[in-house]
Amino acid sequence: MDIGHHTSQQYNHELEDVRNMALQMGGLVEEQLNKAMRALMESDSQLAEEVVNSDYKVNRLEVQIDEVCAKIIARRQPAASDLRLLISIIKSVTDLERMGDEAEKIARYALTSQGTSSPASLHSSLRHLGNEVRDMLRDALDTMARMDAEKAKVVGQSDERIDAEFDYLSRELLTHMMEDPRNIKQSLNTLWCARALERIGDHSRNICEYVIYLVEGKDVRHTAPKNGTIPAI
Amino acid sequence: MNTVTLANDSMTFPSSGTTTTSSVNKTDVDIHSVVEELKRAKQAVGKPFLDNPKFKTRDVNVYYNQTKQAIFNASLDIGRNEVIAMIGPSGCGKSTYLRCLNRMNDTIPGTKVTGDLLLDGEDIYAKDQDPVLLRARVGMVFQKPNPFPKSIYDNVAYGPRLHGLAVNRSELDDIVEQSLTKAGLFNEVKDRLNSPGTGLSGGQQQRLCIARAIAVSPEVILMDEPTSALDPIATATIEELIDELRSSFTICIVTHSMQQAARISQRTAYFHLGYVVEVNDTNTVFTNPGHRLTENYITGRFG
Repeated sequence: MDIGHHTSQQYNHELEDVRNMALQMGGLVEEQLNKAMRALMESDSQLAEEVVNSDYKVNRLEVQIDEVCAKIIARRQPAASDLRLLISIIKSVTDLERMGDEAEKIARYALTSQGTSSPASLHSSLRHLGNEVRDMLRDALDTMARMDAEKAKVVGQSDERIDAEFDYLSRELLTHMMEDPRNIKQSLNTLWCARALERIGDHSRNICEYVIYLVEGKDVRHTAPKNGTIPAI
Repeated sequence: MNTVTLANDSMTFPSSGTTTTSSVNKTDVDIHSVVEELKRAKQAVGKPFLDNPKFKTRDVNVYYNQTKQAIFNASLDIGRNEVIAMIGPSGCGKSTYLRCLNRMNDTIPGTKVTGDLLLDGEDIYAKDQDPVLLRARVGMVFQKPNPFPKSIYDNVAYGPRLHGLAVNRSELDDIVEQSLTKAGLFNEVKDRLNSPGTGLSGGQQQRLCIARAIAVSPEVILMDEPTSALDPIATATIEELIDELRSSFTICIVTHSMQQAARISQRTAYFHLGYVVEVNDTNTVFTNPGHRLTENYITGRFG
């Protein structure tokens, strides 16, 4: 993949700039998620507030990036890899924005669950899921930055592991709730957080799919067999 | 990244600074290695060949004055009732190739064409092939509208008269009216069929030339940049017309406008330095081309 080398230098700058904006948005979402998880794990209400109050930055970037993409399409009529770059950016920022919302949700649960405590085993399961999702998002953004389709195929498959973790944690929470109905409120909060994390995994997988589309021109969405892996191409 | 500072009105592109692109401005064209690469490729990338094509061309070579070769081993098929667009940089041979299809190159002294060019399986360069009859089957529309200095009626009637397609005046009237109607011009000129064709606007003149081309009921229409001298509205009219004509004719169009090729053609052939580099359906060529040179050309990169 090569973004530069257009006869029009200005066009190179425009594409490079919108790509940088998308990567910047990715970095911001990653930071929001990390802070939200830290706020949740360490019951840090100040940090949770910070995450809730920063979501607008993610939303604003989404709008700006879409606007810049529309402008480039109108003025340049991009084709081939340039067209795929813009389409993959437009689609990626939608997923990134949703991830930002999920991170905000986690931060809000961190605020509502202040002062309650859950058993250490659940706490560590949630932390584990959070780490898996954090790693997957980081890797997905990395493939986006490097435009590395091969790595995107590998990273996309981590979603399976995250789904399995989520199922495991759901069963744990169910048991916990059945043991004592007083646990239900706290358990549901934990479940919503786990659900938000699982959704971030799904969105990260989408980003990997857009990277494959960008580099290889192949749309691999909804082509996975039942076990959910991205097929070998 | 701790802070994101984005001014709300930062919608204009920074002219420099944030980009990582170095100011590589060297064209970096190693023509020798590109030619070697094209020479090695046995056939064009994509799907150059079709089942039951209208035109089948194989290993076409064109030489001007023995010394200069303009086309190298061009092999591709042109389908029935399709619009195929030939694109490529200036001097890539796309017009030369187009002109082989109705032997227009015969008119240039010292030109030699080798290879197989079959129209419905019939060799158009066969010894007993009459180029005049061939050009009635394979019509042509040029870049600059070139109506004869005659009336609108006579412009269209010229071909049918020459080939004796009408036995009487009323039949000829019918042919003229039908041709002008198909070319989308009849309603604009029906009250002044006897005024000179050269008095029409550029877009109307070009549609008159298309009417003249279809008056002899050709099978194929070749168009060499038919809209490059027209304004956007006249261009849109001609493009719409081309799409309508597709049901009755096979159309080959050479165009410098890639957007035009993308808009009106079903298949696209990319020419470079006299070689056919890639032929495929237009959607594929413009979203995911198979050859680096095609990609560079349609995205506006220097390669």
